[in-house]
Amino acid sequence: MNKDIYTKPFFKNNPITVLVLGICSSLAVTVQLKGALVMALSVTIVTACSSLLLSLLRNTIPTRVRIIVQLVVVAMFVILIDQLLQAFAYDTSKMLSVYIGLIITNCIIMGRIEAFALGNKPWPSFVDGACNGLGYGMILIIVAFFRELLGSGTLFGFQVIPASWYIENGGWYMNNGLMILPPMALILLGCVVWIQRSIQKDLQEK
Amino acid sequence: MNTNSNTYTVIYTTILVVIVAAILAFAASALKDKQQANMDLAKMKTIMLAANMGQTPDGNVDKGADFMKLYNDHITNTFAIDAEGNVLEGVDAFKDIDLKTQYTNLKKGLDVKLPVYECTMDDGRKVNILAMYGAGLWGAIWGYVAVEDDNETVAGAIFDHASETPGLGAKIAEPAFYTQFRGKKLSDAGQFSSVKVVKGGANGSENGVDAISGATMTSKAVSTSLEQWLGAYKAFLTSRPAAKECCGKSEECCGECCAEGECGSGEECCCSGEGCEAECEVEPVNTEKDE
Repeated sequence: MNKDIYTKPFFKNNPITVLVLGICSSLAVTVQLKGALVMALSVTIVTACSSLLLSLLRNTIPTRVRIIVQLVVVAMFVILIDQLLQAFAYDTSKMLSVYIGLIITNCIIMGRIEAFALGNKPWPSFVDGACNGLGYGMILIIVAFFRELLGSGTLFGFQVIPASWYIENGGWYMNNGLMILPPMALILLGCVVWIQRSIQKDLQEK
Repeated sequence: MNTNSNTYTVIYTTILVVIVAAILAFAASALKDKQQANMDLAKMKTIMLAANMGQTPDGNVDKGADFMKLYNDHITNTFAIDAEGNVLEGVDAFKDIDLKTQYTNLKKGLDVKLPVYECTMDDGRKVNILAMYGAGLWGAIWGYVAVEDDNETVAGAIFDHASETPGLGAKIAEPAFYTQFRGKKLSDAGQFSSVKVVKGGANGSENGVDAISGATMTSKAVSTSLEQWLGAYKAFLTSRPAAKECCGKSEECCGECCAEGECGSGEECCCSGEGCEAECEVEPVNTEKDE
């Protein structure tokens, strides 16, 4: 199997920073690391499983309705994940609210199925889907790390900035309220893209 | 085989959809009980938090609290009432009442079913936990208000929201906002009144709390919804006999206290015995006498 399949999605061809897919959810669910992590795992499972299943079915799918068939399969996995979260991780599911259901609209999934799974064997398709999901999740976690740390002073819900630093306790520190709002996620995401582009020169336009 | 013929396409999609539907139907029915249990637990948690249970002293949620146990131990009675304060028979306040539907009915002036959760606190005093639901700035807001058995004093309150602005309106779900309700009075110059959320600060008013700065709309929505719901509960609250204090005990039979002047000096009216007869007793000097 080509090494590119599992290296490219993390950096050279990252779905968020290079392909600019899945931006909407990465702004919405990165307030806390816990939400970002669950979202990252959910998207990874959905992309991997639907890529695998559609790759298995690829020679039987009627070309004219292939997008609908993809949609049905992706929707099935998304609803399954949603139901499982509601049953076993209720608080997280409530926190992510509609965004779990909206995974179906995440362009990464349909994009990988169209671009890769329908033309490749099941195992490489599965790896491609999983790696793209993880590449997406990686960016989510980076953004969520800074947003939760600077916006709430916590990481995974645990207080990391000492309570005595806060102004209300007589210190000098204050959480940055802007970090909690989606615009700041876009700015942080911009910073990540900036760093990547200054490392990866071939992405720079002349 | 020609995978592009119409017959093949129709058969293929039909089979696919039927299989997917079967899988999803199976998953939904297999997980339903677990999901319902989660929803019930979340509701129990909110109700107990309104009565300041399962909280750390500063009003934050105590992460180690077992809310199902707290609920089962402390909620001694649940019932539904209508806007006239009559108890509705055959309605399970916890399971049957959808607050959203009741909110729509309330706005339209139709008949409403209002849930009441009677909670016995650790020190034996009883509080009634009442529900609230309304429209915030972006989505629904809801909460519970616990009222002491004098039917006037707010013991505690809790609020939650679907999609208020993080850092602004979302602060209604934070201790700094909801702990303000503790000890507020549901009266204004002797008249029944809801607790008001006052922009610019309530300045220690008996029935007002400070609004959240920067979240005028959400604060206003909490105030309006409280007014609507407590207004609907008004008949229930004002028609109940307020429990009076007798010899340091709070008992319902103390509703029939001795006539004024009946007891001599140094005596206090007490009810005792099976018939709850009111009697004059020498005022207890120390707490040991209070049995």
